[in-house]
Amino acid sequence: MLGKLTWYAIPFNEPPAMAASAMIIVGILAILGLITRKEWWPYLWREWLTSVDHKRIGVMYVLLALVLLLRGFTDAIMMRTQLAMAAGGAAGYLPPEHYDQIFSAHGTIMIFFMAMPFMIGLMNFVVPLQLGVRDVAFPVLNSISFWLTAAGALLVNVSLVVGEFARTGWLAYPPLSELAFSPGVGVDYYLWSLQISGIGTLLAGINMVTTILKLRAPGMSYMRMPVFCWTALCASMLIVAAFPVLTATFGMLLLDRYAGMHFFTNDGGGNFMMYVNLIWIWGHPEVYILVLPAFGVFSEVVATFSGKQLFGYRSMVLATLAICVLSFMVWLHHFFTMGAGANVNAVFGIFSMIIAIPTGVKLFNWLFTLYRGRIRFEVPVLWAIGFMVTFAIGGMTGVLQAVPPADFVLHNSLFLVAHFHNVIIGAVVFGAMAGYYYWFPKAFGFTLHRGLGVVSFWCWFVGFYLAFFPLYAVGLLGMTRRMQHYADLSWQPYMIVAEGGAVVILCGIVATIAQLVISIRTRESRRDLTGDPWNGRTLEWSTASPPPAYNFALAPPVDSLDAFWVTKQRAAANPPEHYPAIEVPRNSANGFLTAFFAVVFGFAMIWHIWWLAILSLASAAIILVAFGWMERIPVEVSAEQLAADERARQQTMVPG
Amino acid sequence: MQIRSINLFRVVKGELPFRRVLAMLVVGGFAASSRAEGVLDPQGPIASAERLILLNSTTIMLVVVVPVIVLTLAFAWWYRASNTRASYEPNWANSGRIEFVVWSIPAMVVLLLAGVAWTGSHDLDPARKLPSNLKPIRIEVVSLDWKWLFIYPDFEVATLNQIIVPAGAPIEFQLTSTNVMNAFWVPQLGSQIYTMPGMTTRLNLLADHAGDYPGLSSNFSGDGFSDMRFVVHAVPAAVFSSWLAASQTQGVVLDAAAYSQLARTGSDVSIKTYGSVERDLFERIERESTGAPADHMEK
Repeated sequence: MLGKLTWYAIPFNEPPAMAASAMIIVGILAILGLITRKEWWPYLWREWLTSVDHKRIGVMYVLLALVLLLRGFTDAIMMRTQLAMAAGGAAGYLPPEHYDQIFSAHGTIMIFFMAMPFMIGLMNFVVPLQLGVRDVAFPVLNSISFWLTAAGALLVNVSLVVGEFARTGWLAYPPLSELAFSPGVGVDYYLWSLQISGIGTLLAGINMVTTILKLRAPGMSYMRMPVFCWTALCASMLIVAAFPVLTATFGMLLLDRYAGMHFFTNDGGGNFMMYVNLIWIWGHPEVYILVLPAFGVFSEVVATFSGKQLFGYRSMVLATLAICVLSFMVWLHHFFTMGAGANVNAVFGIFSMIIAIPTGVKLFNWLFTLYRGRIRFEVPVLWAIGFMVTFAIGGMTGVLQAVPPADFVLHNSLFLVAHFHNVIIGAVVFGAMAGYYYWFPKAFGFTLHRGLGVVSFWCWFVGFYLAFFPLYAVGLLGMTRRMQHYADLSWQPYMIVAEGGAVVILCGIVATIAQLVISIRTRESRRDLTGDPWNGRTLEWSTASPPPAYNFALAPPVDSLDAFWVTKQRAAANPPEHYPAIEVPRNSANGFLTAFFAVVFGFAMIWHIWWLAILSLASAAIILVAFGWMERIPVEVSAEQLAADERARQQTMVPG
Repeated sequence: MQIRSINLFRVVKGELPFRRVLAMLVVGGFAASSRAEGVLDPQGPIASAERLILLNSTTIMLVVVVPVIVLTLAFAWWYRASNTRASYEPNWANSGRIEFVVWSIPAMVVLLLAGVAWTGSHDLDPARKLPSNLKPIRIEVVSLDWKWLFIYPDFEVATLNQIIVPAGAPIEFQLTSTNVMNAFWVPQLGSQIYTMPGMTTRLNLLADHAGDYPGLSSNFSGDGFSDMRFVVHAVPAAVFSSWLAASQTQGVVLDAAAYSQLARTGSDVSIKTYGSVERDLFERIERESTGAPADHMEK
C-alpha cells in the first residue's frame, strides 16, 4: 500500500535531524496558522498563488531563492563546523552518513534552488519591463514553470523529515549513485526533485527566449535591447539547449535504478563515463546560465550608477554570444584526470581558456564604464566593484585549472572548491544581491535600507575572503573535497579560519533579513514616488513603482539604446489624450495544481507507491491539459479606466 | 626527464626570493610560511614540473589581473560623484582603440597559456613513461571500499595502504577499482588519476629522494572515503631490496579467500604486507568488477 514507506523512514533515533524537522514543521504550521487567522488565504490565492503576472512570479522566484539560501547556508555552516573540529583523531559531530547528505544537499540546493530561481526570478521580473511589454509570451506557462521549481525545492526538503537525501555529491556520479551502492531513497529524492524542477526550468527558458525574440516595444531592435536582456536571452538559450540533456541523463539513471537497466552500471555493458560526460555537457553551460544574467545585472548597475552609457555595448553583446556558444565546447575540463590522452586534454584545456577572452573583455568594458563616470556609491555599486575584484581572482584560478597538468594537482582538491565558490559567490551571488537591491524599489515601491545593505555587502565580501582563501591554501597542501575528517593537524587552522569566514557571511545574511524587515516597517518614509529612484536608463524605470499589472498603458516607443535615458534628455512630452482598451491575462490555478500533483507523484515514485504515482501523474496531466484547453477570457481594462488610472498615477508621480 | 616548459623565473634576477614571494601570493601567504607538504613542496620530477607550470601560469595571468584590480579600485575612487576634479563624459561609450586593446590583452594571455597547456599536456601525460637508468617498479593499484591495495606484479608481493619504492626509480602504476570511482593522488609526487571499475588507467611518477609522502583518494566514494589514506615510503635501493626479501619470506598470503575478505565493504586503515599474491589478481579484479559484491546489495 505504501511501498517502501514505513515509520522507519522518519529518523526518530537521530535527535538533531528530528529537532530540525520539528522546527521546520512547527515553523510551517505557525505561518499557515497566521495566514488562516488573518484570513489572508483569498488574497494569497488571488494575488500570488494563481497569479500569472510576470512581476509576481519573479518576486516569488526570488523569495524561494532567499528561503533556500537559508537552508543551503545552514548546510554550509554545519560542514565548516564539522571540518573545524574533525582533525587528527577527532570524529567531529556529524557521522559520515549525515555529513555526506549535507554536502550533497548543499550543492544541489545552492545551484538548483538558490542560484537558479534567483536568476530566473530577476529575469522574469525585469525582462518584460526592460523590453517595454506587458508580460512574457506565455503567462500561464510562466506560472507552471515557477510552481514546478517550487515543487522540486519542496521535495528536496521533505527528504529532511522523511527518509534521507543523496550521499553522493551534488552530481550523483554513478556507479556510486546506482542502486547497488546507494540502495536508499536519497538518490531518488535527488533525481525526482531535479526532474520535476528541471521541466520547470526548461519551460521558463522557452518562455524567456520567445518573449525576447517575439515581444519587444516598437522600435526596440536587437541592438537597442538592454544588455541584461541580451544576457537573459543567452542564458535562456543555454537552458533550452542544456536542460534536455540533464533530463535525459537523469532519465537513464532512473531507468537503471527503477527498471534494472544498464546505462551507467558496472555490469551489463553500462558505462558510467557516459554519465560523467553527459552531466557536464549540461553542467558547464549551467555555470553560464547562472553567471550571464549576473553579468547583465552588473552591466546595468555599473552604467546606471556611473551616469554613463555602458562602454562597448557591441563588444558586450558579442562577448555574451561568444560565451554562450563556447560554453558547450569545454565540458571535458571537469575530468582531465580520467585518463583521456594528451591531445584531448590539451584541446579542451585550450577551449576552456578561450572563454576567458570574452569574459575578460566584459571586465575591461565595465572598467571603462567607470572611467570618466560620476559614480554614486549606492549599495549595488559596492556589489559590482566587489565582484570585479573578486571575479578577476576567481577567473584566474579557473584558467589555471584549464591547464591540464596544473589541474592534475588541483582537481578535486579544496583549491577547486575555493575556485568555484570564488566565481559563484563572487559573480552569481554578488550579482543576485546587486539586482535584488537595485530592482526592489521597482517591485514594491519603496527602497531598501541603505545602511544595512552596506553592512550586508561588507560581511559577504570579507566573509567570502576569510572562508575561501584558506581553502585555496589548504587545497595546495593536498586536502581534497568531501572529507568528513582528516588526519593532518596542520590543515586545521585553515579550517578554523574558514569557519570564521562562514560566521561573517552569516552576519551578512542576518543583515539582509534585518534590512528587509526594517525597510518594510519604515516603507512609508522610503516610498519611491518617481518610479525612477536611481536615475535609470532603461524602460523599467519609465513606469510606476510598483508597475501596474499591465506594466505600460501605451507601448513605449524606442529609437535608441538606453531608451528611457534618452527620453529624459528631451523635453517632457504631454500625456496622451486617448488610451486604448487593453487586456491582461486572467489568473490561473493550473501551475499551482499541476505542481501539487507533481510533488505527490515525485514522493510516490521515491517510495515506490505505484498506485499513488499513477493517480497523481494522471491528475497532473489532466489538469494541465484541461486548463490548457479551457477558453480563457482575458481581463479587460477599459479605455476609460486606463485613462483614469494613468491620470491618477501621473498626479502622484513626482517627476524624476 | 626533460620538461620543455620555459622557466620564466630564470629571466628574473634573484630567482629564489621572487619564487618564494610568488608562492606566498599563490597560497594567500598561508602555506608557504608553514613548512607544509603538498603541491608546492614537490619531491619528484612530475610534481616539480607541475608546480612550475602552476607558478608560470599564475605569473602570466597576474600580469593582467593585478592591473585590472588596481584600476578597478582606482577608477571607482577617482570617479566618485563627490570628486569635483574628475572629468565626466556621460556619452563617451565607444573607442575602437580601447576595444582593440581589451580584446587583444586576454587573447595574448590565452595564446601564451595555450602553449603551456599544449606542451604541458603532452610532456606530463600521466601515461607517459619516465626515462631513467634505473629499472622501473611496476605497481598495480586497486581502490576498494575503503582501502588501497598495491600489488607488485614483478615481485609477487602486495601491500595495503602503503607503498614502498626505491627513491629515484620510476614507478609505473596501473590502476583500477573494485566497484566505485576513486582517485589516486600523492600531492608531493604530482598528478592524480581516477581509478575506475572495469578499466585500467596509467600513471608514472618518481620520488627523487627518500622520504614519506602521504597519499589519498581525491574522488568521493562513499561513507568511508575520508579514511582512504596511504603513505608512499621512498627508501634507498638497498632498503627496498631488504624489505622485499623480508616480505617475501614473512608476509601473509593474498589468495582468493584473503582477497574476498579484503573486498568486503568497510573502512580498513591497517597497514599490511602480503608475501605472495594470487597470480593475475589485478586482471581478475578488473574483469570481475563489472558486478557489485554481494554484501553491497544487502546493505
